Amino acid sequence: MALSPRKRAARNRYIQYAVLAVIVLVIAFGANWGELHRAFWDWDIVKAQFPDVITTALKWTIIYTACGFVFGLALGLVLALMRLSSVGPYRWIATGIVELFRGLPALVVFLFLGVGFPLAFPGREIPGGNVGTVTLALGLVGGAYMAETIRAGIQAVPKGQLEAARSLGMSHTRAMRSVVLPQALRIVLPPLTNELILLTKDSSLVYILGLSIDQYELTKWGREGMNSYANLTPMVVIGLCYLLITVPLSIVVRRMEASAGRAR
Amino acid sequence: MTTTANERAGAAIDVRELRKSFGSNEVLKGIDFHVSNGQVVCVIGPSGSGKSTLLRCVNMLEAPTSGQIFVEGDEITDPDADVDALRSRIGMVFQQFNLFPHMTVLRNLTIAQEKVRGRSRSEAVEVARRNLAKVGLADREDAYPAHLSGGQQQRVAIARALSMDPDMMLFDEPTSALDPELVGDVLAVMKELATEGMTMMVVTHEMGFAREAGDKLVFMDDGVIVEEGDPREVLADPKHERTRAFLSKVL
Repeated sequence: MALSPRKRAARNRYIQYAVLAVIVLVIAFGANWGELHRAFWDWDIVKAQFPDVITTALKWTIIYTACGFVFGLALGLVLALMRLSSVGPYRWIATGIVELFRGLPALVVFLFLGVGFPLAFPGREIPGGNVGTVTLALGLVGGAYMAETIRAGIQAVPKGQLEAARSLGMSHTRAMRSVVLPQALRIVLPPLTNELILLTKDSSLVYILGLSIDQYELTKWGREGMNSYANLTPMVVIGLCYLLITVPLSIVVRRMEASAGRAR
Repeated sequence: MTTTANERAGAAIDVRELRKSFGSNEVLKGIDFHVSNGQVVCVIGPSGSGKSTLLRCVNMLEAPTSGQIFVEGDEITDPDADVDALRSRIGMVFQQFNLFPHMTVLRNLTIAQEKVRGRSRSEAVEVARRNLAKVGLADREDAYPAHLSGGQQQRVAIARALSMDPDMMLFDEPTSALDPELVGDVLAVMKELATEGMTMMVVTHEMGFAREAGDKLVFMDDGVIVEEGDPREVLADPKHERTRAFLSKVL
């Protein structure tokens, strides 16, 4: 006899719980916990990481990411407005930059800037040293993505908003600044925060520039620690540090999405 | 001819030989028409007749393909015209209200006063409150547009336009997006404006409003003005066959 839809749904739910329980049991009893513990969570090594993993590595990851994000946001806004320009060459240039830096792996951009720039301009350096290079590289990569997000956000603001602002006598610039962009940014805030999370992880690529020990960010810190202890514990510690940054950001995004849903 | 010329000399809105094409589609096919100071002109016609496009040309939200438009004697279609300054003297009310959703009602009314008119915050707030009271929404100044009904939003939109102290008001089907029971409040505000002597150009389907408050009725079809005259006469005794056919469908 065929089950009623409601009974079938209930049965499917039981099956899903059962699968989950089996997986948990297999991991709990199947894994070699002693070996895992030795390789990934050696308390002495964990204790040795502090406080420097916070005061150096976490600090630099945040600095690199923040600088890259701020520059990327400004660049993304400019590129988005260029892509919406009525002047053809602006559109083409912006499209070129977006496609280039969206298409290249971040590592390649870091290499080009870190190695290519000193070769191209001997004796000169990117202002700000490593921080400047990271800002530029992360900003270019992030800005290319954010440009597309911001452009979509601007276009998602109903055309009547611009018309209403213009009909009150506002100039195009004024109308964009006071009416369109605030609404567009509200729309793109969640995807922009996701971009910030991605940049946090991309900031690990700074190692390719060659860092002095007091400039290590989290990933470089973890790798060095892993090599010197021949143990994975430092990697677990820095992994937790990344989550310390990204999980709160994710929560903020979810809050924003929920409140945006209410305002609409 | 001379009478028309004299009458036109002081016209609030004077449209001459106006043509507008979207691509190969000619929407306005030579419109000649004027609105005198203090006059309430209602424009009716089937959808696609070009009536909204005509209205949107008056404040240059649509750029005409050819022809001239004068606003209080200033040519807004002149390439050297300060369109922003002219627009600030022309209030516009949209079918979809187009309130700024990220601002409170009060801010909706003050922002252009401050940024365009250069008024101080306190002066702008005073003007805004006066106009909110006029449309019967004095108690909603802190609300956001999303929390207002359509009829309230449209009245706020009217108050927003009035806060710029415009010489004239354009209405683009102001009640077409409203639930039937909310239409009356908006029309009441518009009638009050009309009795105060505001120059108004109203694209509408509300024949009752045209009959009661209108000084002139313009019937458009297929990009031309088919018939114009006193609203009561045109509605009761249309001269043109196309007017008659349209009115028989909507009345």
